[in-house]
Amino acid sequence: MMAMSARLFSGLLAVAAIMFVGAPILIVGAPYESTMGLIQKIFYFHVPSWIAMFLAVFICGVSSAVYLFRGKASADRLAATAAELAVLFGLMGLTTGPLWAIKAWGVWWQWDARLTMALILELIFIAYIMLRAYGGPGSEKLAAGLALFGMANVPFVYISVNVWRTIHPTTDVLPNLSASAPGMFWPIVWCFLAFLVLFGVLLMARMRLEALRARIDAIHLALEA
Amino acid sequence: MRRFFQVAWLVMRKDLRVETRSWEMVSTTLFFAVSCVLVFSFAFVRGGRAIEGAASGILWIAVAFSGTLALGRAFERERYQDAMRALLMAPVERSAIYLGKLLGIVLLMATVEVVVVVAIVFTFRAPLFAYPGYLAALLATGTVGFATVGTLFAAMLLRTRSRGVLLPILLYPVTFPVLIAGVGGTVALMGADPNLDLARFWTALLLFFDAVFLTLALWTFEPVMTE
Repeated sequence: MMAMSARLFSGLLAVAAIMFVGAPILIVGAPYESTMGLIQKIFYFHVPSWIAMFLAVFICGVSSAVYLFRGKASADRLAATAAELAVLFGLMGLTTGPLWAIKAWGVWWQWDARLTMALILELIFIAYIMLRAYGGPGSEKLAAGLALFGMANVPFVYISVNVWRTIHPTTDVLPNLSASAPGMFWPIVWCFLAFLVLFGVLLMARMRLEALRARIDAIHLALEA
Repeated sequence: MRRFFQVAWLVMRKDLRVETRSWEMVSTTLFFAVSCVLVFSFAFVRGGRAIEGAASGILWIAVAFSGTLALGRAFERERYQDAMRALLMAPVERSAIYLGKLLGIVLLMATVEVVVVVAIVFTFRAPLFAYPGYLAALLATGTVGFATVGTLFAAMLLRTRSRGVLLPILLYPVTFPVLIAGVGGTVALMGADPNLDLARFWTALLLFFDAVFLTLALWTFEPVMTE
């Protein structure tokens, strides 16, 4: 089992490496957007990083619920891993966003609906990591409760910040991209897939680390007994 | 079902009885909330006039800060002689214990809010009493939302280290929608041209938040509190 997952991990790692080497070539080849020009190309990494973050938030919330009600330790490990990935990909989004905004909007930060929502989600998952780090023994269950509340909070944050006028590019740009700008469609699909593979690789690596840690703990306990 | 509410009522009465013996939480939370308003009034009232919209923000900041203080203290009391463990060992539904603690906190926060609203009207000359019904609805739904999340988090943090620091760290990000809606609704009521539809929208959003998070908290209290 371990050897099979190690082979799968190496394979995925290789695929991720190839995809991230290929991504800049495709992005350079993609046509320029008429109004934003070069700076628009940041979207090829910005949008996939948010998708990866939302995927991580969803995985963290669901596996936290499984851990709370079923008590499965593996679900807790998955939740902790997903929370870290949510923070990591969120940070990528929060870094690439302002880089684009300073050119497009002329400011680093706007209290725009999606920006605010992303920031709040990032804060919730940083709080999750802090709780696990500083809460001491038994904080796993509390963290699971927090993750569940964090996930349930997403629609409320979205609605509450959306009532303020948003100036973010709207999301229906992406579904219509294949018709409106076919030259941009495949590079962005490629980047989405690259980020998803990277997400999978990181998730597997972190889960494996946690599993090894749990085994070492079990060995320590057995030696002490 | 009747027994469930009976237990919640008893837990709330126990908290009120403990409180009325010393008035410790009411007096300290009130003092803290009024101090908050005063500190902000030094910053935002210039030449006798407050910066526009500041009063509504300060009202909700005072509610959030004093609420956090009250939540921490309410559960710190349950640590003495392991009172929380004794409560949890009682042969009753645990979610009823949660509801009882929540009712106690909401009652305390409501008492503090009455004084805070008056203090803000005095110091900021804010027209908070222009639509008392709307403001009361906003404050009631906002307080229940804040306390619903806060009571669960404060209860579950009882067992952890550094709970004093962790409570606001966990509580504020999750209750941001409550604060945004509360401030948004209060601003809508206070402007030169009050927007009652917007105030109703924010109150409805808060009511929905309360319903979802109360259900979630009643559902998760049992597994979260099981060691």
